[in-house]
This record gives sequence, structure tokens and C-alpha cells, in this order.
Amino acid sequence: MLEVSIVKRLGDFDLDAEFACETHGVVALFGRSGVGKTTVVNALAGLVRPDSGRIAINGTTLFDSSQGIDVPPERRRIGYVFQEARLFPHYSVRGNLRYGLRRAPRGEGAIDFSHVVELLGLEGLLHRRPRDLSGGERQRVALGRALLANPRVLLMDEPLASLDQPRKDEILPFIERLRDDLQVPIVYVSHAMDEIIRLADTLVLMNAGHVAAAGPVEDLTGRLDLRPLTGRYEAGAALPAAVVGHEREYGLTQLGFAGGVLRVPALDLPIGAQLRVRIRARDVALALRPPEECSILNVFQGTVAEVGEDGGALVDLRLDVGDAPLWARITAKSLAELGLCPGRKVFAMVKAVAVDRHSLGRRAANARFVPAGASLPPDAGSGD
Amino acid sequence: MFALSDLEAEALTLSLQVSIWAVGIGLPAALFVAWLLARREFPGKTLLNGLVHLPLVLPPVVVGYALLLLFGRNGPIGAWLDSAFGLTVAFTWQGAALAAAVMAFPLMVRAIRLSIEAVDTRLESAARTLGAGRAEVFFTVTLPLTAPGILVGAILGFARSLGEFGATITFVSNIPGETRTLPLALYSLVQTPEGEAGALRLAAISVILALAALAGSELLARQLKARVGG
Repeated sequence: MLEVSIVKRLGDFDLDAEFACETHGVVALFGRSGVGKTTVVNALAGLVRPDSGRIAINGTTLFDSSQGIDVPPERRRIGYVFQEARLFPHYSVRGNLRYGLRRAPRGEGAIDFSHVVELLGLEGLLHRRPRDLSGGERQRVALGRALLANPRVLLMDEPLASLDQPRKDEILPFIERLRDDLQVPIVYVSHAMDEIIRLADTLVLMNAGHVAAAGPVEDLTGRLDLRPLTGRYEAGAALPAAVVGHEREYGLTQLGFAGGVLRVPALDLPIGAQLRVRIRARDVALALRPPEECSILNVFQGTVAEVGEDGGALVDLRLDVGDAPLWARITAKSLAELGLCPGRKVFAMVKAVAVDRHSLGRRAANARFVPAGASLPPDAGSGD
Repeated sequence: MFALSDLEAEALTLSLQVSIWAVGIGLPAALFVAWLLARREFPGKTLLNGLVHLPLVLPPVVVGYALLLLFGRNGPIGAWLDSAFGLTVAFTWQGAALAAAVMAFPLMVRAIRLSIEAVDTRLESAARTLGAGRAEVFFTVTLPLTAPGILVGAILGFARSLGEFGATITFVSNIPGETRTLPLALYSLVQTPEGEAGALRLAAISVILALAALAGSELLARQLKARVGG
């Protein structure tokens, strides 16, 4: 359990952040630049001292202004992966990795040096100097260095922000491995929703120095009132899903979710694999009658639950499809011409190609979603 | 031609001895003061900064005279050193080393301070999240990354000490074999009729010494730079 309740004044900026969440899996701290995300993680690490408040992790108080507790950073055992890797230039990669290891408490939960080297693919880099590494390699070394200090929690402050897309794609699987294989609790700061969908289970949404909301990613990304914070262009529903089958001949994978079966381009995952799928509102089209002779594979019958008030040319609608919420973004013109209002039956169409790898996230190992509403198609067992 | 006379050898050895001691005493203190000025905020910081730089702007004779007042046999510090440790610095080579150290101090502090300020504090905070306490961070991160600056400070201080004249002659006088360093010996020869040839030889020795120190520091600096990865 991570409990944060801190007040900090920095010049004109007031931070007054309060949230509590479970520490298993990935907790994402999300918000625009300058809302105070970094200040919160710096306070967690002990690098910034709050004016008042309390920070506790799994029952251990790290900071409490009323009791005069302020554990120094070196005794907090909170790993920190910074946006810039911050490797020590006067040590080799091995020296950097061993820096935290030498000072880590031995015993319970300690991670083996060779295990981390293997997990992060660092074998070939051990003798190199930080200046001879690429941006992605540096970030991998920084991950390993933080891990080897045997932290209670790993903080990551936009670890991918200074990398280009290919480098991001290179690092993300490693972060997934930390989460799934090592089960290190991670607090992940980002302003990129696709990273959060892919990695996080819990979302802490920040706005102007405050925590606007905290809860499961699926719940928060589906809330209309939080739409201005979760991002308009990226808006959509994040749904728990599971792989229920593969259609090998067409290169498709079937994902069962509470609203039915979604066909997406083939995923290299076993049946039963737990996923989080984001279906962006702009990728959902609506029809009043079931479309015929149409290229779109995914058609779901549902009901309009809520019509967002925007006033612009575009309108967001929340649909109930089975037990799952789905978002559709259509023009105000279509809304008027189709006469859509809450309670109206509609058919929602989702292009299979709209669900790409950036819309998919592996869920934490302990998450179990059984697609109750989804009937397994007869060929579901033809996969692996 | 290049065989040193006894007088020359004496002055050279004394100069080296005084300069090495001056840097030896001055450098750790300069490192501490440089760190204070670069990394800490405290009341009186401006005052300390001014005090450290005083020898750089004052006439050396004034510094020597101040040392004489403080460290002379009857001065407050001199009397205490004498009674507590039986150490006399006025008119001894130890006094010459002290005078050289004081004169070289601002140069050493400046060089080291600049290089401490150039060390990214973000590396220091990263080290703390990895379990290193303040002192450990200083010795494993700050100090190694400051090494090139410390070397520059040491060389500057050494060169300044070799050339020290005004404060030395005021504080510890010009005693052959005790406080007559190279510049003082050179000065004495210039004052003597027909001492010009000897003065020229001493001048040449000074030049060679200075060049050797510079070359040595350049070599060390390159090695350090390669290790630190600048």
C-alpha cells in the first residue's frame, strides 16, 4: 500500500497531492507537463522534502511532518530511474550496476547480479563506459542499477521521454519483464497514455498540483468527466480482455471482453493471456442497423448511455456493450441525423486494424479476467 | 654548467620542500572550503568567500605582515602554537610554507570550486537513491569527478608557492638555509655586485621547474580525463 499526502510550495506552484493505492503491478502517475508528477516522485524518493504531510509504503512511514520523521533517501530503499539515465561517467557499466548492489541490504528479495544482466540483456555492455552507450542502452543500465539496489518500489520518471519511438519500443518489453517476472512494484510517471495502457494497472491522474482521481486504469479512462485530463485525441475505453482464440488462416487473434469478441491482428500470446485493450473513441463508428456486406469485422450491439456535451463539431458518446463501456466519437452532424440519445440501440463498429500494439497492455500476473459474456467460438482451441 | 652549486641546491631543495608542504596543507583545506562555497548555503558565505580571496587582491607584503602579527612569537596564534606544540613558524621554513599556502589558497579554492560546481548534482541524488549516504556520495561521486579540478588547483598552488616572495620575506625574512627559497636567493644575488651570472642561473632553474610542473600536470590531466570520461 502506497499512501501519499503531501503539501509543497515551489515558488508560484502549489502541490497538494493525496492518494493511496495498492503497490502491486504498475501505478501510473499521469498528467500534463508541470502538474507536479516529478515533485511527487522526488518526495517519495526523499529528494524533495514536502512542507508537510505523510508518505508511507507498505506500512513503513518514510515521511511524517507531524511526527518529525524524514527518512534520508539512502535508507528509503526506493529505486529511481530518471528521465536522463544519470549513469556515473567515471564507472563502467559493471561499476554502475554494482554501485547499488554493494549498498543493498542482503537477504530477502535480493536480486541476483547475473539475473538482472540477463533480463536486461546487458552482457555485452558490462565493460563499456556510459558515454559509449546509446540512449536505450543507458536506460537499460539505469534500470538494472536501480533494481540491484533491491528496492521496495521502483520509481520511473518518464524513462522513455527522451527516447525516439524505436528506442521506446526497445525498452518497454524490459519494463514489462520487471513487472511480470520480478514482480517489482513500479510507480511510473508519464504523459503518454499509450505507455500507461500498456504497463499500468492503477492510474493516478494529476492536474495542477492536485490528484484529480486515482483508481484502476479501466475505470478512469472510461470516465467522461476526466476526459479533459486523460486527453481528447487519445480518449477511449480501456477494457480488460483475454485471448480466446486465433484465426491462423487470416492472421487474426480473438480477444474476449465483457462486450463480446474482438478480432485484432494476430498476437503472439497463448490462449488465456490477460490483456488490456484500448479502443479509441475515434476508431468507433456507429450505425442504427446491422451493417451488411461490410469490411469491418467487429460489430457490437449496444445502447447509448451518455452523450458528452462539447459544443464543437465532434461528440463523444458512451455506449454500453454487454457489460463493457465503449466510447465513440462522431460528428455533431451524425448525432443529429441519426437522432442518437441515451437509451437508443446502436451498432458499434471497430476496425480490427485500429487495435495495434500500442493499444494493448499485458495485465499484471495476478489479474484474472474471464470473459463471461463471450462465448468461445468452436475453433478457439485451434491456437496454441 | 648544469652542476648546481651548494647555494643553488640549497635554495632549490628548500623551495620544493616549502611548495610541497604549502600544497599539502592547503589543498585539503581548499577542497573543504571549495565544497562549502559550491554546495552549501550558510550565513556568512559571502564573508568567507571574500576572506578566501583576500590574498589574491592584497599586496603580498600586507599578507606577510598580517601573518607576522598573528603567528609571530607574541601573536595570538603563534604564542598558542609555541606553548601547545612547541612549534615556531616565524622565521622558519614552516613559516615560509604557511605564507606560500595562504598566498596559493585562493587559486586552489577557485579551481576546485569551479570543478565541483560542474559536477551534476543529479548524479549525487541518483547515488543517494542507490543507498549511499552524504559522505559516501562525496567520496564515490563528487570527489572522483572533481579530480581534474583538484589537480589544476594543486598545480596552480604549487607554481604560486614556488614564486612566493613578498609575504615570505615579510613574514619569515631571508635566512640562508632556512627561508631563502629560489626567488629570495635570486633577489639576494641581484642585490649583490657581480651576482648577475648566478641570478641568471637561478632564473633558468625556476623556468625549468615551472615547465616541468606544467608538463607533469598536463600528462596527469589527460589520464584523469580519460578515466573520468569527460
